Amino acid sequence: MKLTLNIWRQTDANDAGAMHTYQVDDVSPDMSFLEMLDVLNEDLNAKDEEPIAFDSDCREGICGMCSLMINGEPHGPEVTTTCQLHMRSFKDGDTITIEPWRASAFPVLKDLCVDRSAFDRIIQAGGYISVNTGSAPEAHSVPVPRDDAMRAFNVATCIGCGACVAACPNGSASLFMGAKITHLGELPQGQPERDSRVTNMVAQHDHEGFGGCTNIGECAAACPKEIPLDVISQLNKDLRTAIKHGH
Amino acid sequence: MQRAGVGRGHDGPGGTGFIVFRGTGGRKITPYGSVGPGDQRYGASVAIQNSGPTLVQGARATQSTIFLKILMAASGAVFIAFVLLHMYGNLKAFNGHDAYNEYAEHLRELGTPMLPHSGALWIIRAVLILSLVVHVYCAATLWKRAKKARTVRYQVKKHTGAIFASRMMRWGGVTLLLFIIWHLLNFTIGKVNVTGGATNDPYNLVVDSFSTWWLTVIYLVAMAMLGAHLHHGIWSATQTLGLTNSDRTRKLAKNSAFTLAVVIAGGFSLVPIFVLAGVINK
Amino acid sequence: MTDMPDTTLTPDPSHVAEGHPSSDDAAGYYTPGTPLTDTKAPGGPIADRWQTRKFEARLVNPANRRKLDVIIVGTGLAGASAAATMGEAGYNVKSFCYQDSPRRAHSIAAQGGINAAKNYKEDGDSAHRLFYDTVKGGDYRSRESNVYRLAEVSVNIIDQCVAQGVPFAREYGGLLDNRSFGGVQVSRTFYARGQTGQQLLIGAYQALERQVAAGTVETFTRHEMLELIVVDDGDGPRARGIIVRDMVTGEIETHLADVVVLASGGYGNVFFLSTNAMGCNVTAAWRAHRKGAYMANPCYTQIHPTCIPVTGSHQSKLTLMSESLRNDGRIWVPKKKEDCDKDPRSIAEEDRDYFLERIYPSFGNLVPRDIASRAAKYMCDEGRGVGPEVDGVRRGVYLDFQDAIARLGKEGVEEKYDNLLDMYERITGENPYEVPMRIYPAVHYVMGGLWVDYDLQSTIPGLFVTGEANFSDHGANRLGASALMQGLADGYFVLPHTIRDYLADAPFEKIPEDHPAVVEAKQAVTERIEHFLTVNGTRSVDSYHRELGNIMWEYCGMERTEDGLKKAIDLIRSLKDDFYRNVKVLGTADSLNQSLEKAGRVADFFELGELMCIDALNRRESCGGHFRAESQTEDGEALRHDDQFAYVAAWEFAGEKPVLHKEELTYTAIEMKQRSYK
Ligand SMILES: Cc1cc2nc3c(=O)[nH]c(=O)nc-3n(C[C@H](O)[C@H](O)[C@H](O)COP(=O)(O)OP(=O)(O)OC[C@H]3O[C@@H](n4cnc5c(N)ncnc54)[C@H](O)[C@@H]3O)c2cc1C
Ligand code: HEM
Ligand code: HEM
Ligand code: SF4
Ligand code: F3S
Ligand code: FES
Repeated sequence: MKLTLNIWRQTDANDAGAMHTYQVDDVSPDMSFLEMLDVLNEDLNAKDEEPIAFDSDCREGICGMCSLMINGEPHGPEVTTTCQLHMRSFKDGDTITIEPWRASAFPVLKDLCVDRSAFDRIIQAGGYISVNTGSAPEAHSVPVPRDDAMRAFNVATCIGCGACVAACPNGSASLFMGAKITHLGELPQGQPERDSRVTNMVAQHDHEGFGGCTNIGECAAACPKEIPLDVISQLNKDLRTAIKHGH
Repeated sequence: MQRAGVGRGHDGPGGTGFIVFRGTGGRKITPYGSVGPGDQRYGASVAIQNSGPTLVQGARATQSTIFLKILMAASGAVFIAFVLLHMYGNLKAFNGHDAYNEYAEHLRELGTPMLPHSGALWIIRAVLILSLVVHVYCAATLWKRAKKARTVRYQVKKHTGAIFASRMMRWGGVTLLLFIIWHLLNFTIGKVNVTGGATNDPYNLVVDSFSTWWLTVIYLVAMAMLGAHLHHGIWSATQTLGLTNSDRTRKLAKNSAFTLAVVIAGGFSLVPIFVLAGVINK
Repeated sequence: MTDMPDTTLTPDPSHVAEGHPSSDDAAGYYTPGTPLTDTKAPGGPIADRWQTRKFEARLVNPANRRKLDVIIVGTGLAGASAAATMGEAGYNVKSFCYQDSPRRAHSIAAQGGINAAKNYKEDGDSAHRLFYDTVKGGDYRSRESNVYRLAEVSVNIIDQCVAQGVPFAREYGGLLDNRSFGGVQVSRTFYARGQTGQQLLIGAYQALERQVAAGTVETFTRHEMLELIVVDDGDGPRARGIIVRDMVTGEIETHLADVVVLASGGYGNVFFLSTNAMGCNVTAAWRAHRKGAYMANPCYTQIHPTCIPVTGSHQSKLTLMSESLRNDGRIWVPKKKEDCDKDPRSIAEEDRDYFLERIYPSFGNLVPRDIASRAAKYMCDEGRGVGPEVDGVRRGVYLDFQDAIARLGKEGVEEKYDNLLDMYERITGENPYEVPMRIYPAVHYVMGGLWVDYDLQSTIPGLFVTGEANFSDHGANRLGASALMQGLADGYFVLPHTIRDYLADAPFEKIPEDHPAVVEAKQAVTERIEHFLTVNGTRSVDSYHRELGNIMWEYCGMERTEDGLKKAIDLIRSLKDDFYRNVKVLGTADSLNQSLEKAGRVADFFELGELMCIDALNRRESCGGHFRAESQTEDGEALRHDDQFAYVAAWEFAGEKPVLHKEELTYTAIEMKQRSYK
């Protein structure tokens, strides 16, 4: 198939950037979206035009490195990551608009690459259980009800891609944060730090310049790992509890 | 490595007065790059030169965006209680002139003799005014934050997963605020009778007002706005208060929100419609 | 074609004849060197060695630790766990990765699980049995004392991870669940659905970020190590730092330290198509190799049987389907060639050849990875492959879940494997609940890597190597679910103990940034970058990488021959020359430049590829993942030659002709046996 691509190009963080239009022919439906861009890049390289920078690593939907706003939807029209999106989701003759994640807390580095280190700092603020290596008790000393373990697992599958932020009209990272709060809060091991964890992570979130959540729900619809909105409720509840406990 | 520097947080709610630690990343770029209001964010005095991103110290849960949201939900809940009552009162119009005016008078008698005449009413008013101030302040602060959180807009953006009402909350709120101002002028403070009739009889004022077609239209539009605001707002409040952390409770909250919104907006709309239709008359 | 091919496997008869090659095929390609020994493993009973070493390794005073700088390259399981642990101990740690966050290291992609000798199922498991299985699985080409230690500390890993909040699968009673994995007879694999690597890495990542907040670790993301700094300050050379490129600004930075740890992962990407991430590279290890660290057994590559087949020339990587699928899925091809393009559902039961069950009745679909892979290759070479033809051959075999669905129900299968089958559907557009999946082998893991002693120290003092980047624990083949175990064992429990013996002599003399060794290293990096940007040739970096990968896959892949390997070496050499003269890298050095990043990596892959072929040429036996066609039994099984090749081949860099140092392998706690899975 043949496609028209409108792609955001920006040389570096200080450049204003603009949309450029490219044509690609010979796109096979079995290609992944990123392979389609690889082909375009080979073409550009041959024409002495610098290839388009975009992030990816695992290309199997688990590392969270790939991004891209595709026709107004983070990771495109399917519930998956951009690297796992295949061209069979598009039709011959389509025009596709490709933009970087837009959020002040995710500054654009170049073309379609953004800096998501704000997520790391949210985790630094408290997204962990404090246990030094070697000081752990025997794994079977604390049984965890299977349902709790399942819920913890389901939300721990967040890949930190940032699609939730990209989708949210408020530029909020609540879904990402809620997923971590719920993962750790669901386990007995996570209880001692529960109040301070939520307080610190939320403060860091706000400090990074993410917006406040107004429960719009576009984040969950964009999340490739289908993290549900309940995690945001859990986050709110945990914060409320923290306030009650004087944090 | 990362060592301190006392900085001011940004001007948003989460940051004021936090001690900020420097440099947890190897690279020297400001978190906002070229797109954001980088300098504003780290207030003035201790300019953190080349500052990498920073870690917040001494966080308080009550300074967070979520706390603002909790305040919004609480004030929103007051509004919901009020409009429910108010709607119930309005429907007395169907019982005719005397019943309606009695009800209005009864409001003023509420709590007497423990409270002076209109005492309870004033308490309600005080709570309402306070709620309004809180609600509007929080809404404005969050709005400002959201604007800063994305300064470059998308060329193409779909809104998958969002109901329209949710994206209208802010402008819907502004509309409601304007409506409330007009409404108070109309019925409480100014007592404006657009037909030029008497203003000292609540029932007659209502009937006169809604006999005017354009005023009815304004009210109906406002009620549509109110319905939308509540459709999202009620669900949103339960989510903000942390009552919906399962699939089941979320669905329940969303359905109840819709139902309540329809009941309230619909209930309010009945009186104007029936007045205009001539069913309710003097 | 008759009903049933009468061969078991189909060895090429021209190779079988001698069975035992005696001439030294590789003679002209290398220089023999002195023998190499591991001086760090204590003697005595194998079960006591680790305790002894831990006790003997000198301690570092807590007050001194703050003054010691540790560089750790890599944030996968091996690197993140080490950085967190060293940070907790109070060292000054600098942690590097090329991705935008430590959490994205390729360990995240591991699906199946992690082994540990917890014996929670009371099915006869023990550290000794895990040790035994690992050595046997590695075809007796791993170092016994290392493997024993790995098995011993495996139990601590699970405790640690659970305490960190890793949500392993649990039973209804709330206790941890286990499964048996990769044909092992005991259930010792812990798992978190099909995302075990992700959950373990997130645990290690969180521990790492906790230390960042505590101020003991500083992370450098989007920073690529391009050179090792080795300084001789009078008493011999020591690794003292690295040169990295900030991949966003292009700045070339120098980082100095008292010790350097490489946890930079595997180099499977030398094959271009592999299950590795796009950025996986050998650069960190190779640069160290060029500075004096020996590269051990580079040809040992694990080819994984259950990957999704290639669809066309646009393909950028291959996707693994977890091995656990072989527990319930049955592998088959049509008996008749003419059935190969039919809808598999229309092929009658008696026309299906469940070839693994047929050839290996006792292990069936659960034979080791190399055996399963080769068998699949033979079926396709024979013309009985399925799926689309790529370059004239159908490269795929069926992995069928119909029986499992009949037995467990669709829900049962869903619960056990859900995201794997979904992933398959997403990639291929076919529903595996209805149509059998198609699989084909792909490069997955490398057992080879930098040579290290029992302390995980390379031949350069002060350079430690952990995880997939070292060669140490898996011999010629790795058991499923053991790489995660090794990464975390190294990082949490081994390195932090062994490294202190080295650091007890630190702090070492301060090195100024204008020290000749630093200046030279930095200059080498700048010149290389400069070169790539100024060649201004005609071919893209990717096109070279793809071509190199094809050569490697063709001649140094599942089956290797003397002629093929020699041919490959010639091809690689001329392609490499062409690369340096004709590559085209646009953009600038001082900005984010992905072509430039790739150019550096591919340049190192060329040199590595050549060494892999030389190593494969030298090893005139079949063992584990390395199958020399000249060395097989009459019925086509791999034939090992313990009399000649029971050694680790450790290669020293010396330009065109590397120097071979042999570390003899001796086994005291286990008896060497020919592997048989029949
Ligand atoms: C698809 C797949 C599935 C697997 N499934 C399993 C399984 O089920 N069970 C199992 O036991 N094993 C499995 N493995 C193997 C296992 O995942 C890996 O061997 C292991 O995770 C490697 O960990 P590591 O820490 O050594 O390296 P990695 O996790 O690869 O980390 C390498 C790190 O080094 C950094 N790095 C590399 N080069 C540079 C450089 N030049 N400069 C700076 N930083 C650099 C990277 O940024 C990264 O942080 C699987 C592997 C794959 C590919
Ligand atoms: C006066 C002007 C008003 C403004 C500017 C305003 C604005 C907003 C905004 C921006 C929100 C947050 C949106 C969200 O959370 O999704 C909100 C929430 C809400 N509003 Fe209003 N609103 C106003 C008046 C009202 C009135 C009159 C009512 C009730 C009759 C009301 C009820 C609610 C409720 C229940 C919520 C949900 C609280 C929450 O999200 O937690 N608001 N409002
Ligand atoms: C069509 C619908 C409505 C009608 C007919 C109506 C009618 C009235 C009347 C007659 C009064 C004066 C009562 C008195 O002084 O005793 C009043 C007061 C008031 N109304 Fe409404 N109203 C309507 C909708 C609303 C809505 C939607 C809101 C809020 C969102 C609202 C908020 C108020 C407030 C705050 C007062 C002042 C109460 C006081 O302090 O005395 N009304 N309304
Ligand atoms: S919550 Fe979903 S969208 Fe957000 S970072 Fe995690 S995986 Fe991505
Ligand atoms: S879209 Fe945004 S407003 Fe909240 S529910 Fe999701 S973060
Ligand atoms: S590249 Fe890893 S998730 Fe897409």
